[in-house]
Amino acid sequence: MNETTLEIPYEIPADAHNPVEPFLRMDRMPHIWCPGCGIGTTVNCFTRALLDSKADLDKVAVVSGIGCTGRVAGYARLDSFHTTHGRAIPFATGLKLSNPELQVVVYSGDGDLFAIGGNHFIHAARRNMDLKVICVNNLTYAMTGGQTAPTTPSKVISATNPYGVFEPSFNLVALAEAAGASYVARWTTYHVKQLARSMEEIFKKKGFCFIEVLSPCPTLYQRRNKMGDGLDTMKFYKEVSKVRHGARTSECELTKSGEIVVGKFVDRERPDYFELLRAQMTESLGDRYAEPEVSCSEC
Amino acid sequence: MHADPKGVLTGVHFLDGDHACCEGTLAAGARFAAGYPITPSTEVVERFAWRIPTVGGLFIQMEDELAASIAIQGAVWGGAKAFTVTSGPGFSLMMEHIGYAAMTETPCVFVNVQRGGPSTGLPTLPAQADMMQARWGSHGDYGIIALCPNSPQECFDLTIQAFNLAEEFRVPVMLMLDECVGHMTEKVVIPEADGINIVPRRFTHKSPEEFRLFEPQADGVPDMVKAGDGYRFHVTGLTHDERGYPNMTVDTQDRMVRRMQTKLAPLAGSRAFFEAEHLEGADVVVVSYGITSRVAQRAIELARQQGVRAGKFRLISAWPFPAAHIAELAARVKAFVVPELNLGQMVNEVERAAAGKAAVIPVTHAGGTVHNPETILKAIVEAAR
Repeated sequence: MNETTLEIPYEIPADAHNPVEPFLRMDRMPHIWCPGCGIGTTVNCFTRALLDSKADLDKVAVVSGIGCTGRVAGYARLDSFHTTHGRAIPFATGLKLSNPELQVVVYSGDGDLFAIGGNHFIHAARRNMDLKVICVNNLTYAMTGGQTAPTTPSKVISATNPYGVFEPSFNLVALAEAAGASYVARWTTYHVKQLARSMEEIFKKKGFCFIEVLSPCPTLYQRRNKMGDGLDTMKFYKEVSKVRHGARTSECELTKSGEIVVGKFVDRERPDYFELLRAQMTESLGDRYAEPEVSCSEC
Repeated sequence: MHADPKGVLTGVHFLDGDHACCEGTLAAGARFAAGYPITPSTEVVERFAWRIPTVGGLFIQMEDELAASIAIQGAVWGGAKAFTVTSGPGFSLMMEHIGYAAMTETPCVFVNVQRGGPSTGLPTLPAQADMMQARWGSHGDYGIIALCPNSPQECFDLTIQAFNLAEEFRVPVMLMLDECVGHMTEKVVIPEADGINIVPRRFTHKSPEEFRLFEPQADGVPDMVKAGDGYRFHVTGLTHDERGYPNMTVDTQDRMVRRMQTKLAPLAGSRAFFEAEHLEGADVVVVSYGITSRVAQRAIELARQQGVRAGKFRLISAWPFPAAHIAELAARVKAFVVPELNLGQMVNEVERAAAGKAAVIPVTHAGGTVHNPETILKAIVEAAR
């Protein structure tokens, strides 16, 4: 941790065990995540990104869905919402539209965001809604016991595909780009510095931003597939990951044991939802258009 | 407090129920709506989409009803008054988030312009068959409020009432129109803004250090905050303690779930909304709501012309059900006649409240049109014998 970035209001208590404590609800520790799970690592990167971006923490909100990653909202000492399964993005859409000064971060898992919530994801990307979506992709439904997710690669053994997965899986970064995201990146929990930097970048970028983070689930994915523990997975990530910024997302598919292409793939300028709205309304209504004042403290 | 004049279309209008409902949302201070098109309800948000850019607010057409019904709750926690609008099939999809609103005590309004069901049913024709779904459709124990307008004027008035009750009790409020009331065009009088009473959000005066998001006040309802004000609060659909933290113990579950129902108790008794007529000395009381209450009105008049002592009890708030009022009537009338555009829903509540002290006669109808007044008249006359 670079001391120079620790400016007020991020005072670290003298008795803190870890510099990220001011960002977490310490009264809720210990967390529920298993040893070797990568979600905590991503949260650590998230807090570092908040620190480095010098964000006003009163204006950052975290919205999660359901699942292991869905619990992030409960641990972040921010305005935080643990919503229903798959619906973090539409909840976040309402929150952002009513209170545009908020930086709204959607933090959820692959099953939540891409199976039950897949429709919401593509539409928020299409609208270029100003949301920062962080997907911790452990390639399985972990909270419910390791069932097949839309991201689970072919041949993997899961609780609901005991003889091996045969359905094709989603390539999340290609999906995000095709749907219209302004920013698309992928890292693994081995790439902590790069991940924290990407997170910091999306805090400063307007529009729909998406980061996929490959993360181990030693309890329900690696163990069932004889892929070792959390540390073995770090070694695996180190071995098979290739940093290729600007790679074609259509060529970044994930397989059970093949190459993992990581990096920043998309960083483009598109007008976001508010800009499009304002432009259209002004064109149609001229001076009659009233800027939205949706949030109200007295009414 | 009074309504914000920006949203109030003061004057005498000729509006259908759906459009009057939209004017009610604007007068009530709603500046955010999310919806998904579905007949016969879409006119409410079509008008909102047309009106809101010059009032200063937002409408967003979401990708489905699941999204619409949770987007409004995100908006509420951002500080907005917000609502969504749908009909049967969409209402089914919204059940997930009616439960979330109940569990997280999120004040918001769900408008359901009822059509014939089940499933796709009768998209353009009326029914009143979602009454039990409005009360019980989401899983688990919880409480909601449901209001049943029977005219475009009431669509305007009760929409404001729905927002006010949502804020006072921190619950989702269902506004249960039916296709007839939604598409019926009548005179609607919209008063001056200072003649419209608005219940503001119960924002806390406590500091972030003192404040607890689910700590009930004297009326059993907790005060509220919004995102971005430094409270760093947490909201979850899991069973939670007064801080809002997940706490899945038997004690917390019991304390929280009971409070979510008991906080609504005044609305079942002293604060129930209903319209009564000719109850003094009545032998038969017709209990009805929505469009059916207007057909029942004719049947009651015909019965009285024939010398039958028939009275009227019109449910304006169907939920919480005004059981104490029905129980009191049951002790002094022969029978209740309950016509509704379904195969028997609210009639079961009447029967439960009457507890065998008076006969309860359903007049069912599968939907698609309204009752013939003669059918209800026949039931009244037979019940009076």
